[in-house]
Amino acid sequence: MSDGTGRRPSDATGYWKANIRTIVGCLIVWALVSFGFAILLRPILSVIPIGGTDLGFWFAQQGSILVFLVLIFFYAWRMNKIDREYGVEED
Amino acid sequence: MDQYYLNLLIIGGSFLLYIAIAIWARAGTTSEFYAAGRGIHPVTNGMATAADWMSAASFISMAGLIAFSGYTASAYLMGWTGGYVLLALLLAPYLRKFGSFTVPEFIGDRFYSRSARLVAVLCLVIASITYVIGQMTGVGVAFSRFLQVSNSTGLFIGAAVVFFYAVLGGMKGITYTQVAQYVVLVFAYTVPAIFISLQLTGNPIPGLGLFSTYENSGEPLLATLNQTLADLGFSSYTAQDGAPLAVLNMFLFTLTLMIGTAGLPHVIIRFFTVPKVSDARLSAGWALVFIAIVYLTAPAVGAMARLNIMDTIWPNGTQNAEAIEIDELPAWFENWQTTGLLGIEDKNGDGRLQYYDENGTPSETLGTTELAGNELVLFNPDILVLANPEIAQLPGWVIALVAAGGMAAALSTAAGLLLAISSAISHDLVKRSINPNISDSAELWWARGSMAVAVVVATYLGLNPPGFAAQTVALAFGIAAATIFPALVMGVFSRRINNVGAVSGMLTGLVFTVVYIFLHKGWFFIPGTESFPDTIEGSLFGIQSTAIGCFGALLNFVVAFVVSGRTADTPDEVKAMIENVRIPRGAGSATGH
Repeated sequence: MSDGTGRRPSDATGYWKANIRTIVGCLIVWALVSFGFAILLRPILSVIPIGGTDLGFWFAQQGSILVFLVLIFFYAWRMNKIDREYGVEED
Repeated sequence: MDQYYLNLLIIGGSFLLYIAIAIWARAGTTSEFYAAGRGIHPVTNGMATAADWMSAASFISMAGLIAFSGYTASAYLMGWTGGYVLLALLLAPYLRKFGSFTVPEFIGDRFYSRSARLVAVLCLVIASITYVIGQMTGVGVAFSRFLQVSNSTGLFIGAAVVFFYAVLGGMKGITYTQVAQYVVLVFAYTVPAIFISLQLTGNPIPGLGLFSTYENSGEPLLATLNQTLADLGFSSYTAQDGAPLAVLNMFLFTLTLMIGTAGLPHVIIRFFTVPKVSDARLSAGWALVFIAIVYLTAPAVGAMARLNIMDTIWPNGTQNAEAIEIDELPAWFENWQTTGLLGIEDKNGDGRLQYYDENGTPSETLGTTELAGNELVLFNPDILVLANPEIAQLPGWVIALVAAGGMAAALSTAAGLLLAISSAISHDLVKRSINPNISDSAELWWARGSMAVAVVVATYLGLNPPGFAAQTVALAFGIAAATIFPALVMGVFSRRINNVGAVSGMLTGLVFTVVYIFLHKGWFFIPGTESFPDTIEGSLFGIQSTAIGCFGALLNFVVAFVVSGRTADTPDEVKAMIENVRIPRGAGSATGH
């Protein structure tokens, strides 16, 4: 069961903080690609051409969806790791 | 084979499949009825969630919206997918750990308040009923077009099929039926798109074809589309309206759709069906994989269909050329004119169909005959996906497949919504509020009974839509965003929010959002009672009613925090419960509610 990093089953606060850090990190990326690249920052990205339009349009119609996908699977993978580290994984 | 019999064969075959699955997967216990016995694999659940989520609006309307508003419609693409990030990070694992059967059950227990439970039931029922009307109307329309029966007959057949598999199978039957419906839906959506992408760009993957070279012009597809639209005076397909209010509204609308998606109960309850907390996180990812297959294809379908329509009407290009003769229009023009969703009118009487933007600034060289106004007087965006195989001259079986796909999309969402409504009534009203001593088998009868009543009500509303079916989607998303999502998030992430705070927050969010929508769309959607026009310029504060839900959510958070800070602290046993919900271990034992 042990993964060598030292199990801290009673450290619920540490576990929750690690979780919140992961969530905040993912949400920053989530907001950056959608509200950022696709909407607010699009004028800046418009210098990068892609397939007859610009990078901001690509993020608006496809890029952000692809990043959302990566984010969820990253979160699931990362949380499984944190679960094991703090010894709160399911049996 | 005649198209009618092909349609009958493929649609009928898909219905038989759904019913067979329902008989195989019928529910025997309340746990199976509400949460499919919590034994669904995350990939299976992801597929079912995708079918549940992608409604008639996603399948039939979204590509049409994109085709006619281009970049601005990206709000739907990002909003309807970005919500899954919120679900995976903020809700799914904790609600699964809590082990409730319904959304109001979590809210009622976490905020130790009967009022909170009842407010949640109210919001859930309003949001779900308004949403289900649109699905039922969609079933009627699809039937009348493809099986040549009346709207009402089509609706009765659809309702009978849903009734059978939802009442019999509950969540368990619905889950496996939705998996089958997803397969039908995704084939129906992608097959025509692949054909069209190959015809236009030579690229078999539509999502990549969108950014490839258009074979007829040798230029990128989107650049060609932009040029054609500019020649005809239409606004650019890919350009952003840089006006601050336009940017702000797109931002807020996208945010509202994301929060609303994460707060819609029929999606949330799907995460109760997987065995473990880690499966709930993963399941949101799989749901988005299956949704993305359609959502990455939709922008390609929109742009390519728009270009196809332009090329059909202006076959020799827009410079010094003639529009198509009305007699030479392809057959699908005539087919769809009979449905009243497409209208042409030869205003200058030259026997040709001139399509351009009379309010825009078409290029001076446009056509050689006198123009008397746009002659494509009506093009309902909803016909785009259904007519797409005909527009691209695809074989008859593809047309039948698309019809079956449209129905699968509408029926799967209707079933999910009906289950959310019926479980809130049988579990939260009857079992948790009125008669706590009810036996498991009696509760199962209540669950089936309220499902049956919900199907009948939905059918009645589908037959007699209150005349505002299209507008109610804003209401459903606004309510889900302003009430359910904040209550759930605060329930997990704050120990300090208490019963009074939660109820005041939800009521504030509900009243604010509903009143703002009614001010712009009319009180109870009655025409003429609105105080502000539903445009960006005319709106109160310059924010459109469809984008207001995120402010409702913000108010909900603020009021809940302020009120909780001034009232008694959360009891210790509730705090212990919150601590427990935050930790994955022991999810198996939490299922015995």
